[in-house]
Amino acid sequence: MVTVATEPTELAELRAIVAEVPDPELPVLTIDDLGVLRDVGADESGRVTVTITPTYCGCPAMDAIADDVRSRLAAAGHADAEVRFVLSPAWTTDWMSESGRRKLLEYGVAPPSPGGAGPVPLTLSVRCPLCGSPDTSELSRFGSTACKALWRCQACREPFDRFKEH
Amino acid sequence: MIAVQQDVTTYALRLGDDALVLAQRLGEWVASAPQLEEDVAMANIGLDLLGQARSLLSYAGSLLEPVRTEDDLAYLRERDWQNAQLVELADDGDFGRCMARLLVFSAWQCELYAALAASRNQTLAAVAGKAAKEVDYHRDHATQWVLRLGDGTAESHTRMQDALYAVWPYVDEVFESDDLVTRLVADGIAVDPASLREPVLDYVADVVERATLTLPTPTVRHSGGRRGVHTEQLGYLLAELQHVARSHPGATW
Repeated sequence: MVTVATEPTELAELRAIVAEVPDPELPVLTIDDLGVLRDVGADESGRVTVTITPTYCGCPAMDAIADDVRSRLAAAGHADAEVRFVLSPAWTTDWMSESGRRKLLEYGVAPPSPGGAGPVPLTLSVRCPLCGSPDTSELSRFGSTACKALWRCQACREPFDRFKEH
Repeated sequence: MIAVQQDVTTYALRLGDDALVLAQRLGEWVASAPQLEEDVAMANIGLDLLGQARSLLSYAGSLLEPVRTEDDLAYLRERDWQNAQLVELADDGDFGRCMARLLVFSAWQCELYAALAASRNQTLAAVAGKAAKEVDYHRDHATQWVLRLGDGTAESHTRMQDALYAVWPYVDEVFESDDLVTRLVADGIAVDPASLREPVLDYVADVVERATLTLPTPTVRHSGGRRGVHTEQLGYLLAELQHVARSHPGATW
């Protein structure tokens, strides 16, 4: 029997499977937490299409994410699933879920401030993810990946990554 | 219709080549920048530009007959590079020159992408809308360095000023137009380069003034990149960029 994914219930199940794909560079976050997963749909023949959007234009994690999505869908009986990349609307850190922000913090990365990508630049104090102190400063505007900057805490003296507002 | 498509292809190639060539120049700084943090910054800015180049070259290649991939265009194209000469200039280890160029180019990309996001061409609009925030961050980074070096020691001031003089003859080209761009502007697809001159130069002039530097007066103006005319320096850049792909055709890992 050929699996035909046109039923809303099955699409919801497939979305749940795809939503669990982790980000290869921040494995505590799923692509759903990040807001990278945009849509899971199917055409009339039942072929599944997953739409994802990059955080930054040059994000090298996209190919790994697409491979992971395809292999999980293949395991669920959809070997012919297509992964589509879209640039518009452009990803923003506002799409990161509340649970994603919490998981980042627990992982030791300061999450972006909610709504930080607005037209008026706000300077909000960044709390150290290790000791919670607001006495922190930016060491480098660029970090280990495109989406992070390097900060340090004056209180506990530890350096930490911060997910940039974008 | 076919004529419009050829124009769009060339326009996407121009913008894609700008981003790719500068990405390669910035990559040369990785492990040679003045600070470890700056190695990371150059790599990150280069990566953003490389991502923009990939989208633009993939799009241009999809419109060509026969169809070409982004890799075909980046690694196997010998002639007809369409980038502005500004991005191909070798830094020769001069960090001030790297930052002077990045200041001008990122200020230009900021204005360009902001306007191109409203293009009637959906692909160009999507790339521009996506890249706009990235280049804003690049511009900010270049601004910080030009301020710091210009308004720094006597030595850093002199070298930053020399860097501006070295880059300046190549600035004008990014504001030039030609028949192709004029046609695309009329169709609501491209951005009129002349319209970018004032906002870009206003931004740069403000930074230069705050950095206690002097804005150079244009004397010599180099041009021709959009017609495939390049400096000797592009040849060396492409030799390095294309070396592995040409030595090992079709290699994957």
